[in-house]
Amino acid sequence: MTKKVVVLDYGSGNLRSAVRAVERAGAEVTLTADRQAAQDADGLLVPGVGAFAACMAGLRAVRGHEMIGRRLAGGRPVLGICVGMQILFERGVEHGVETEGCDEWPGVVERLQAPVVPHMGWNTVEVPAGSRLFAGIEDERFYFVHSYGVRDWTLQTNDRTVAPLVTWAEHGGDRFVAAVENGPLTATQFHPEKSGDAGAALLRNWVESL
Amino acid sequence: MTLAVRVIPCLDVDAGRVVKGINFQQLRDAGDPVELARTYDAEGADELTFLDISASHEGRATTMEIVSRTAEEVFIPLTVGGGISSVDDVDRLLRAGADKIAVNTAAIHRPQLVAEIAERFGNQVLVLSVDARRVAEGSSAGTPSGFEVTTHGGRKSAGLDAVEWAARAAELGAGEILLNSMDADGTQDGFDLELIRLVRREVSIPVIASGGAGRVEHFPPAVDAGADAVLAASVFHFGTLRVREVKQALADAGHPVR
Repeated sequence: MTKKVVVLDYGSGNLRSAVRAVERAGAEVTLTADRQAAQDADGLLVPGVGAFAACMAGLRAVRGHEMIGRRLAGGRPVLGICVGMQILFERGVEHGVETEGCDEWPGVVERLQAPVVPHMGWNTVEVPAGSRLFAGIEDERFYFVHSYGVRDWTLQTNDRTVAPLVTWAEHGGDRFVAAVENGPLTATQFHPEKSGDAGAALLRNWVESL
Repeated sequence: MTLAVRVIPCLDVDAGRVVKGINFQQLRDAGDPVELARTYDAEGADELTFLDISASHEGRATTMEIVSRTAEEVFIPLTVGGGISSVDDVDRLLRAGADKIAVNTAAIHRPQLVAEIAERFGNQVLVLSVDARRVAEGSSAGTPSGFEVTTHGGRKSAGLDAVEWAARAAELGAGEILLNSMDADGTQDGFDLELIRLVRREVSIPVIASGGAGRVEHFPPAVDAGADAVLAASVFHFGTLRVREVKQALADAGHPVR
Protein backbone atom coordinates (compact mmCIF):
# COMPACT_ATOMS: atom_id res chain seq x y z
CA MET A 1 0.00 0.00 0.00
CA THR A 2 1.22 3.49 -0.85
CA LYS A 3 2.33 5.33 2.27
CA LYS A 4 0.71 8.68 3.01
CA VAL A 5 2.94 11.54 4.05
CA VAL A 6 1.94 15.03 5.15
CA VAL A 7 4.45 17.83 4.63
CA LEU A 8 3.59 20.35 7.32
CA ASP A 9 2.82 23.74 5.75
CA TYR A 10 3.56 26.36 8.38
CA GLY A 11 5.36 29.20 6.67
CA SER A 12 7.08 30.41 3.58
CA GLY A 13 10.01 28.91 1.75
CA ASN A 14 10.52 26.22 -0.82
CA LEU A 15 8.16 23.38 0.10
CA ARG A 16 7.59 22.27 -3.48
CA SER A 17 10.91 20.43 -3.60
CA ALA A 18 10.16 18.58 -0.36
CA VAL A 19 6.75 17.49 -1.64
CA ARG A 20 8.10 16.31 -4.97
CA ALA A 21 11.10 14.55 -3.46
CA VAL A 22 8.92 12.52 -1.08
CA GLU A 23 6.53 11.71 -3.93
CA ARG A 24 9.52 10.47 -5.87
CA ALA A 25 10.39 8.30 -2.88
CA GLY A 26 7.09 6.48 -3.43
CA ALA A 27 4.69 8.20 -1.04
CA GLU A 28 1.41 9.98 -1.57
CA VAL A 29 2.06 13.51 -0.30
CA THR A 30 -0.22 16.26 0.98
CA LEU A 31 1.02 19.75 1.83
CA THR A 32 -1.16 21.01 4.65
CA ALA A 33 -1.32 22.28 8.21
CA ASP A 34 -4.57 20.39 8.89
CA ARG A 35 -4.36 18.67 12.28
CA GLN A 36 -6.41 15.65 11.36
CA ALA A 37 -4.48 15.06 8.14
CA ALA A 38 -1.20 15.42 10.04
CA GLN A 39 -2.45 12.96 12.63
CA ASP A 40 -3.72 10.37 10.14
CA ALA A 41 -0.72 10.30 7.82
CA ASP A 42 1.75 7.41 7.93
CA GLY A 43 4.56 9.96 8.15
CA LEU A 44 4.75 13.65 9.03
CA LEU A 45 7.55 15.69 7.46
CA VAL A 46 8.43 18.92 9.25
CA PRO A 47 10.46 21.17 6.95
CA GLY A 48 12.01 24.45 8.03
CA VAL A 49 14.32 27.15 6.77
CA GLY A 50 15.43 30.47 8.19
CA ALA A 51 15.58 31.46 11.82
CA PHE A 52 14.83 29.12 14.74
CA ALA A 53 12.61 31.71 16.46
CA ALA A 54 10.61 32.41 13.29
CA CYS A 55 10.14 28.71 12.58
CA MET A 56 9.07 27.98 16.13
CA ALA A 57 6.56 30.85 15.99
CA GLY A 58 5.18 29.52 12.69
CA LEU A 59 5.00 26.00 14.10
CA ARG A 60 3.15 27.14 17.23
CA ALA A 61 0.72 29.19 15.12
CA VAL A 62 -0.54 25.97 13.50
CA ARG A 63 0.00 24.01 16.76
CA GLY A 64 2.55 21.93 14.97
CA HIS A 65 4.45 21.23 18.19
CA GLU A 66 1.32 19.46 19.51
CA MET A 67 0.93 17.45 16.30
CA ILE A 68 4.53 16.28 16.65
CA GLY A 69 4.10 15.41 20.33
CA ARG A 70 0.86 13.47 19.78
CA ARG A 71 2.26 11.51 16.89
CA LEU A 72 5.34 10.55 18.87
CA ALA A 73 3.24 9.54 21.86
CA GLY A 74 1.58 7.03 19.55
CA GLY A 75 4.85 5.88 18.02
CA ARG A 76 3.95 7.51 14.69
CA PRO A 77 6.87 8.58 12.47
CA VAL A 78 8.01 12.20 12.16
CA LEU A 79 10.88 13.49 10.03
CA GLY A 80 12.37 16.94 10.69
CA ILE A 81 14.55 18.57 8.06
CA CYS A 82 17.08 21.40 8.61
CA VAL A 83 15.44 23.92 10.98
CA GLY A 84 12.69 21.27 11.19
CA MET A 85 15.33 19.18 12.97
CA GLN A 86 16.66 22.03 15.08
CA ILE A 87 13.27 22.92 16.58
CA LEU A 88 13.01 19.36 17.94
CA PHE A 89 15.74 20.24 20.46
CA GLU A 90 15.32 21.97 23.80
CA ARG A 91 16.16 25.48 22.66
CA GLY A 92 17.87 27.67 20.11
CA VAL A 93 20.15 30.63 20.70
CA GLU A 94 20.35 33.32 18.03
CA HIS A 95 22.11 36.65 18.59
CA GLY A 96 22.04 35.98 22.34
CA VAL A 97 18.27 35.41 22.39
CA GLU A 98 17.00 32.04 23.56
CA THR A 99 13.92 30.44 22.03
CA GLU A 100 12.23 27.37 23.44
CA GLY A 101 12.01 24.43 21.04
CA CYS A 102 9.83 21.29 21.08
CA ASP A 103 12.19 19.68 23.62
CA GLU A 104 11.95 16.18 22.19
CA TRP A 105 15.71 16.00 22.77
CA PRO A 106 17.94 17.89 25.18
CA GLY A 107 20.47 20.16 23.55
CA VAL A 108 21.01 23.66 22.30
CA VAL A 109 21.04 24.89 18.72
CA GLU A 110 23.82 27.45 18.55
CA ARG A 111 25.94 29.26 16.00
CA LEU A 112 28.57 27.19 14.22
CA GLN A 113 32.17 28.04 15.01
CA ALA A 114 33.90 27.82 11.63
CA PRO A 115 35.87 30.25 9.45
CA VAL A 116 33.17 30.26 6.78
CA VAL A 117 29.50 30.28 7.87
CA PRO A 118 26.85 29.39 6.64
CA HIS A 119 28.00 25.79 6.18
CA MET A 120 26.78 25.63 2.60
CA GLY A 121 27.26 22.77 0.19
CA TRP A 122 27.81 19.03 -0.11
CA ASN A 123 29.47 17.34 2.84
CA THR A 124 30.18 13.82 3.98
CA VAL A 125 28.72 12.42 7.21
CA GLU A 126 29.82 9.94 9.88
CA VAL A 127 27.09 7.32 10.00
CA PRO A 128 26.88 5.00 13.03
CA ALA A 129 26.62 1.24 12.53
CA GLY A 130 23.09 -0.04 12.17
CA SER A 131 21.62 3.05 10.54
CA ARG A 132 18.53 2.27 8.55
CA LEU A 133 18.13 5.81 7.26
CA PHE A 134 21.55 5.78 5.60
CA ALA A 135 21.47 2.15 4.43
CA GLY A 136 23.39 1.96 1.17
CA ILE A 137 24.35 5.67 1.15
CA GLU A 138 26.77 5.86 4.09
CA ASP A 139 29.58 7.32 1.97
CA GLU A 140 27.55 9.83 -0.03
CA ARG A 141 27.60 13.61 0.29
CA PHE A 142 24.49 15.54 1.32
CA TYR A 143 23.53 19.18 0.84
CA PHE A 144 23.75 21.36 3.93
CA VAL A 145 22.88 25.02 4.34
CA HIS A 146 22.81 26.33 7.90
CA SER A 147 24.59 28.66 10.31
CA TYR A 148 23.45 26.97 13.51
CA GLY A 149 23.72 23.43 14.75
CA VAL A 150 23.69 21.06 17.72
CA ARG A 151 27.25 20.56 18.85
CA ASP A 152 26.63 18.40 21.92
CA TRP A 153 24.40 15.36 22.03
CA THR A 154 23.47 15.02 25.70
CA LEU A 155 20.57 12.58 25.81
CA GLN A 156 21.27 10.00 28.51
CA THR A 157 20.18 6.43 27.94
CA ASN A 158 20.52 3.36 30.09
CA ASP A 159 20.48 -0.38 29.47
CA ARG A 160 16.67 -0.42 29.37
CA THR A 161 16.39 2.20 26.60
CA VAL A 162 17.57 2.10 23.04
CA ALA A 163 20.18 4.77 22.37
CA PRO A 164 19.33 6.91 19.33
CA LEU A 165 21.65 6.67 16.33
CA VAL A 166 23.40 9.99 15.85
CA THR A 167 25.13 10.89 12.59
CA TRP A 168 27.72 13.68 12.67
CA ALA A 169 29.20 16.14 10.20
CA GLU A 170 32.19 18.45 10.41
CA HIS A 171 32.87 21.86 8.89
CA GLY A 172 35.85 24.11 9.44
CA GLY A 173 36.86 22.25 12.59
CA ASP A 174 33.39 22.34 14.14
CA ARG A 175 31.44 19.13 14.64
CA PHE A 176 27.67 18.94 14.83
CA VAL A 177 24.67 16.61 14.57
CA ALA A 178 23.84 15.78 10.94
CA ALA A 179 21.03 13.31 11.61
CA VAL A 180 19.24 11.46 14.40
CA GLU A 181 17.30 8.19 14.29
CA ASN A 182 15.33 7.78 17.48
CA GLY A 183 12.44 5.32 17.18
CA PRO A 184 9.62 7.12 15.35
CA LEU A 185 11.51 10.43 15.40
CA THR A 186 14.01 11.00 12.60
CA ALA A 187 15.76 14.22 11.63
CA THR A 188 18.41 15.55 9.30
CA GLN A 189 20.30 18.83 9.43
CA PHE A 190 20.96 18.60 5.69
CA HIS A 191 18.34 18.76 2.96
CA PRO A 192 17.64 15.29 1.52
CA GLU A 193 15.16 16.88 -0.90
CA LYS A 194 18.10 18.87 -2.34
CA SER A 195 20.70 16.12 -2.15
CA GLY A 196 20.19 14.54 -5.56
CA ASP A 197 20.21 10.76 -5.78
CA ALA A 198 21.69 10.30 -2.29
CA GLY A 199 18.88 12.35 -0.80
CA ALA A 200 16.31 10.41 -2.82
CA ALA A 201 17.69 7.15 -1.44
CA LEU A 202 17.50 8.48 2.11
CA LEU A 203 13.88 9.56 1.67
CA ARG A 204 13.07 6.15 0.19
CA ASN A 205 14.63 4.52 3.25
CA TRP A 206 12.41 6.66 5.45
CA VAL A 207 9.22 6.11 3.44
CA GLU A 208 9.85 2.37 3.39
CA SER A 209 10.18 2.38 7.18
CA LEU A 210 6.71 3.91 7.65
CA MET B 1 35.18 15.31 5.95
CA THR B 2 35.54 18.48 3.97
CA LEU B 3 32.94 20.44 2.15
CA ALA B 4 33.12 19.84 -1.58
CA VAL B 5 33.90 22.75 -3.91
CA ARG B 6 30.63 23.51 -5.67
CA VAL B 7 30.54 23.74 -9.44
CA ILE B 8 27.58 25.84 -10.54
CA PRO B 9 26.36 26.26 -14.12
CA CYS B 10 24.48 29.50 -14.69
CA LEU B 11 21.67 29.84 -17.23
CA ASP B 12 20.52 33.16 -18.63
CA VAL B 13 16.76 32.90 -18.99
CA ASP B 14 14.67 35.34 -21.03
CA ALA B 15 10.90 34.89 -20.84
CA GLY B 16 11.32 31.23 -19.97
CA ARG B 17 13.88 30.42 -22.65
CA VAL B 18 17.63 29.93 -22.30
CA VAL B 19 19.60 32.50 -24.22
CA LYS B 20 23.10 31.96 -25.64
CA GLY B 21 23.83 29.11 -27.97
CA ILE B 22 23.90 25.57 -26.77
CA ASN B 23 25.19 22.54 -28.54
CA PHE B 24 24.39 19.65 -26.29
CA GLN B 25 23.46 17.10 -28.89
CA GLN B 26 21.29 15.03 -26.61
CA LEU B 27 18.91 17.89 -25.93
CA ARG B 28 15.58 17.81 -27.73
CA ASP B 29 14.96 21.44 -26.91
CA ALA B 30 18.16 23.34 -26.22
CA GLY B 31 16.23 26.44 -25.21
CA ASP B 32 14.27 24.74 -22.44
CA PRO B 33 15.82 25.64 -19.06
CA VAL B 34 14.22 22.62 -17.40
CA GLU B 35 15.76 20.17 -19.81
CA LEU B 36 19.12 21.89 -19.55
CA ALA B 37 18.86 21.85 -15.75
CA ARG B 38 18.21 18.11 -15.87
CA THR B 39 21.27 17.64 -18.08
CA TYR B 40 23.54 19.63 -15.78
CA ASP B 41 22.18 17.72 -12.79
CA ALA B 42 22.96 14.42 -14.52
CA GLU B 43 26.48 15.68 -15.23
CA GLY B 44 27.10 16.32 -11.56
CA ALA B 45 26.36 20.04 -11.15
CA ASP B 46 26.22 20.87 -7.44
CA GLU B 47 23.76 23.73 -7.79
CA LEU B 48 22.10 25.66 -10.58
CA THR B 49 21.65 29.38 -11.06
CA PHE B 50 19.00 30.95 -13.27
CA LEU B 51 19.58 34.57 -14.16
CA ASP B 52 16.30 36.05 -15.33
CA ILE B 53 17.04 38.70 -17.92
CA SER B 54 13.41 39.17 -18.97
CA ALA B 55 12.58 42.80 -19.55
CA SER B 56 8.83 42.45 -19.15
CA HIS B 57 6.45 41.51 -16.37
CA GLU B 58 5.06 38.71 -18.55
CA GLY B 59 8.56 37.44 -19.17
CA ARG B 60 9.25 37.23 -15.46
CA ALA B 61 5.97 35.42 -14.87
CA THR B 62 7.06 32.82 -17.41
CA THR B 63 10.37 32.43 -15.62
CA MET B 64 8.44 31.73 -12.44
CA GLU B 65 6.76 28.76 -14.15
CA ILE B 66 10.17 27.55 -15.27
CA VAL B 67 11.42 27.74 -11.68
CA SER B 68 8.47 25.62 -10.55
CA ARG B 69 8.95 23.00 -13.22
CA THR B 70 12.67 22.81 -12.46
CA ALA B 71 12.09 22.45 -8.71
CA GLU B 72 9.72 19.58 -9.41
CA GLU B 73 12.21 17.67 -11.50
CA VAL B 74 15.70 18.59 -10.38
CA PHE B 75 16.73 17.84 -6.81
CA ILE B 76 19.75 20.07 -6.34
CA PRO B 77 19.70 23.65 -5.04
CA LEU B 78 18.41 26.31 -7.40
CA THR B 79 19.30 30.00 -7.14
CA VAL B 80 17.31 32.56 -9.10
CA GLY B 81 18.50 36.10 -9.73
CA GLY B 82 17.55 39.04 -11.89
CA GLY B 83 15.19 41.90 -11.19
CA ILE B 84 14.49 41.03 -7.54
CA SER B 85 13.72 44.22 -5.66
CA SER B 86 11.42 43.37 -2.77
CA VAL B 87 10.68 40.88 -0.02
CA ASP B 88 7.51 39.93 -1.94
CA ASP B 89 9.57 39.05 -5.02
CA VAL B 90 11.65 36.74 -2.84
CA ASP B 91 8.60 35.14 -1.26
CA ARG B 92 7.09 34.38 -4.69
CA LEU B 93 10.31 32.83 -5.98
CA LEU B 94 10.83 30.68 -2.89
CA ARG B 95 7.24 29.47 -3.04
CA ALA B 96 7.70 28.71 -6.73
CA GLY B 97 10.59 26.44 -5.83
CA ALA B 98 13.78 28.50 -5.67
CA ASP B 99 16.09 27.71 -2.76
CA LYS B 100 18.10 30.89 -2.92
CA ILE B 101 17.70 34.23 -4.60
CA ALA B 102 20.41 36.57 -5.85
CA VAL B 103 20.03 40.31 -5.48
CA ASN B 104 22.22 42.88 -7.15
CA THR B 105 21.16 46.37 -8.27
CA ALA B 106 18.20 46.71 -5.90
CA ALA B 107 20.49 46.09 -2.93
CA ILE B 108 22.90 48.77 -4.16
CA HIS B 109 20.05 51.27 -4.34
CA ARG B 110 18.64 50.20 -0.98
CA PRO B 111 21.05 48.15 1.17
CA GLN B 112 18.35 47.66 3.78
CA LEU B 113 16.72 45.20 1.36
CA VAL B 114 19.47 42.73 2.29
CA ALA B 115 18.56 42.97 5.96
CA GLU B 116 14.84 42.72 5.23
CA ILE B 117 15.22 39.55 3.18
CA ALA B 118 17.59 37.95 5.69
CA GLU B 119 15.30 38.76 8.59
CA ARG B 120 12.25 37.26 6.90
CA PHE B 121 13.74 34.19 5.24
CA GLY B 122 17.14 33.69 6.87
CA ASN B 123 20.50 34.65 5.40
CA GLN B 124 20.94 31.25 3.76
CA VAL B 125 18.49 32.21 0.99
CA LEU B 126 20.27 35.42 0.11
CA VAL B 127 23.09 35.61 -2.41
CA LEU B 128 24.53 39.06 -2.98
CA SER B 129 25.65 39.35 -6.57
CA VAL B 130 28.52 41.81 -7.06
CA ASP B 131 29.61 42.90 -10.54
CA ALA B 132 33.12 44.14 -9.76
CA ARG B 133 35.52 45.97 -12.04
CA ARG B 134 39.08 47.20 -11.64
CA VAL B 135 39.44 50.94 -11.36
CA ALA B 136 42.17 52.35 -13.57
CA GLU B 137 45.14 53.37 -11.46
CA GLY B 138 45.30 57.07 -10.78
CA SER B 139 41.65 57.45 -11.76
CA SER B 140 39.71 60.05 -9.83
CA ALA B 141 37.09 57.37 -9.23
CA GLY B 142 39.65 55.26 -7.33
CA THR B 143 38.47 52.95 -4.52
CA PRO B 144 40.52 51.61 -1.58
CA SER B 145 40.61 48.06 -2.94
CA GLY B 146 41.13 49.05 -6.56
CA PHE B 147 37.80 47.40 -7.47
CA GLU B 148 34.46 49.12 -7.85
CA VAL B 149 30.87 47.91 -8.05
CA THR B 150 29.16 48.30 -11.41
CA THR B 151 25.59 48.01 -12.67
CA HIS B 152 24.01 47.63 -16.10
CA GLY B 153 26.33 44.81 -17.12
CA GLY B 154 29.43 46.77 -16.16
CA ARG B 155 28.53 49.91 -18.06
CA LYS B 156 27.82 52.09 -15.02
CA SER B 157 29.77 52.63 -11.84
CA ALA B 158 27.78 52.37 -8.62
CA GLY B 159 30.34 54.50 -6.79
CA LEU B 160 31.09 51.77 -4.26
CA ASP B 161 34.24 49.86 -3.40
CA ALA B 162 33.56 46.26 -4.38
CA VAL B 163 35.32 44.68 -1.40
CA GLU B 164 33.73 47.08 1.09
CA TRP B 165 30.31 46.46 -0.43
CA ALA B 166 30.71 42.69 -0.13
CA ALA B 167 31.73 43.08 3.52
CA ARG B 168 28.85 45.43 4.25
CA ALA B 169 26.31 43.11 2.63
CA ALA B 170 27.66 40.21 4.68
CA GLU B 171 27.11 42.29 7.82
CA LEU B 172 23.60 43.20 6.70
CA GLY B 173 22.75 39.52 6.35
CA ALA B 174 23.79 38.17 2.95
CA GLY B 175 24.50 34.45 3.15
CA GLU B 176 26.83 34.24 0.21
CA ILE B 177 28.67 36.48 -2.28
CA LEU B 178 28.46 35.81 -6.01
CA LEU B 179 31.57 37.63 -7.14
CA ASN B 180 31.56 38.38 -10.83
CA SER B 181 34.60 40.00 -12.40
CA MET B 182 33.41 42.27 -15.19
CA ASP B 183 37.00 42.51 -16.47
CA ALA B 184 37.41 38.75 -16.75
CA ASP B 185 33.83 38.03 -17.83
CA GLY B 186 33.75 36.81 -21.40
CA THR B 187 37.54 36.72 -21.82
CA GLN B 188 37.89 33.00 -21.00
CA ASP B 189 41.37 33.90 -19.69
CA GLY B 190 40.73 32.77 -16.13
CA PHE B 191 39.20 34.18 -12.95
CA ASP B 192 40.35 37.44 -11.39
CA LEU B 193 42.31 35.87 -8.54
CA GLU B 194 43.22 39.14 -6.85
CA LEU B 195 39.56 40.10 -6.57
CA ILE B 196 38.71 36.71 -5.03
CA ARG B 197 41.58 37.01 -2.51
CA LEU B 198 40.57 40.51 -1.44
CA VAL B 199 36.92 39.60 -0.87
CA ARG B 200 37.82 36.29 0.83
CA ARG B 201 39.96 38.22 3.30
CA GLU B 202 37.10 40.52 4.25
CA VAL B 203 34.09 38.21 4.47
CA SER B 204 33.40 34.98 6.37
CA ILE B 205 30.44 33.89 4.23
CA PRO B 206 30.90 31.64 1.18
CA VAL B 207 32.27 33.25 -1.99
CA ILE B 208 31.29 32.05 -5.46
CA ALA B 209 33.84 33.01 -8.11
CA SER B 210 32.43 33.97 -11.50
CA GLY B 211 33.73 35.42 -14.73
CA GLY B 212 36.61 34.39 -16.93
CA ALA B 213 36.52 30.60 -16.93
CA GLY B 214 37.74 29.22 -20.24
CA ARG B 215 39.70 26.06 -19.48
CA VAL B 216 39.58 23.45 -16.73
CA GLU B 217 42.91 24.62 -15.34
CA HIS B 218 41.36 28.01 -14.54
CA PHE B 219 39.21 26.54 -11.77
CA PRO B 220 41.70 25.26 -9.13
CA PRO B 221 43.48 28.64 -8.76
CA ALA B 222 40.13 30.30 -8.02
CA VAL B 223 39.64 27.85 -5.15
CA ASP B 224 43.22 28.37 -3.98
CA ALA B 225 42.47 32.11 -3.94
CA GLY B 226 39.60 31.46 -1.52
CA ALA B 227 36.49 30.65 -3.56
CA ASP B 228 34.09 28.13 -2.00
CA ALA B 229 32.29 27.62 -5.30
CA VAL B 230 32.86 28.34 -8.97
CA LEU B 231 30.23 29.48 -11.44
CA ALA B 232 30.35 29.58 -15.21
CA ALA B 233 27.85 30.10 -17.97
CA SER B 234 29.05 30.10 -21.55
CA VAL B 235 31.75 27.42 -21.28
CA PHE B 236 29.10 25.00 -20.08
CA HIS B 237 26.39 26.19 -22.51
CA PHE B 238 28.62 25.89 -25.52
CA GLY B 239 29.90 22.55 -24.37
CA THR B 240 33.50 23.86 -24.29
CA LEU B 241 33.78 22.34 -20.82
CA ARG B 242 31.73 19.72 -19.05
CA VAL B 243 30.93 19.84 -15.36
CA ARG B 244 32.65 16.48 -14.84
CA GLU B 245 35.89 17.73 -16.43
CA VAL B 246 35.95 20.76 -14.16
CA LYS B 247 35.41 18.54 -11.14
CA GLN B 248 38.17 16.20 -12.25
CA ALA B 249 40.56 19.13 -12.59
CA LEU B 250 39.63 20.32 -9.10
CA ALA B 251 40.08 16.82 -7.68
CA ASP B 252 43.46 16.46 -9.42
CA ALA B 253 44.53 19.70 -7.76
CA GLY B 254 43.61 18.25 -4.37
CA HIS B 255 40.25 19.97 -3.85
CA PRO B 256 37.34 17.86 -2.61
CA VAL B 257 34.47 17.48 -5.06
CA ARG B 258 31.24 15.56 -5.01
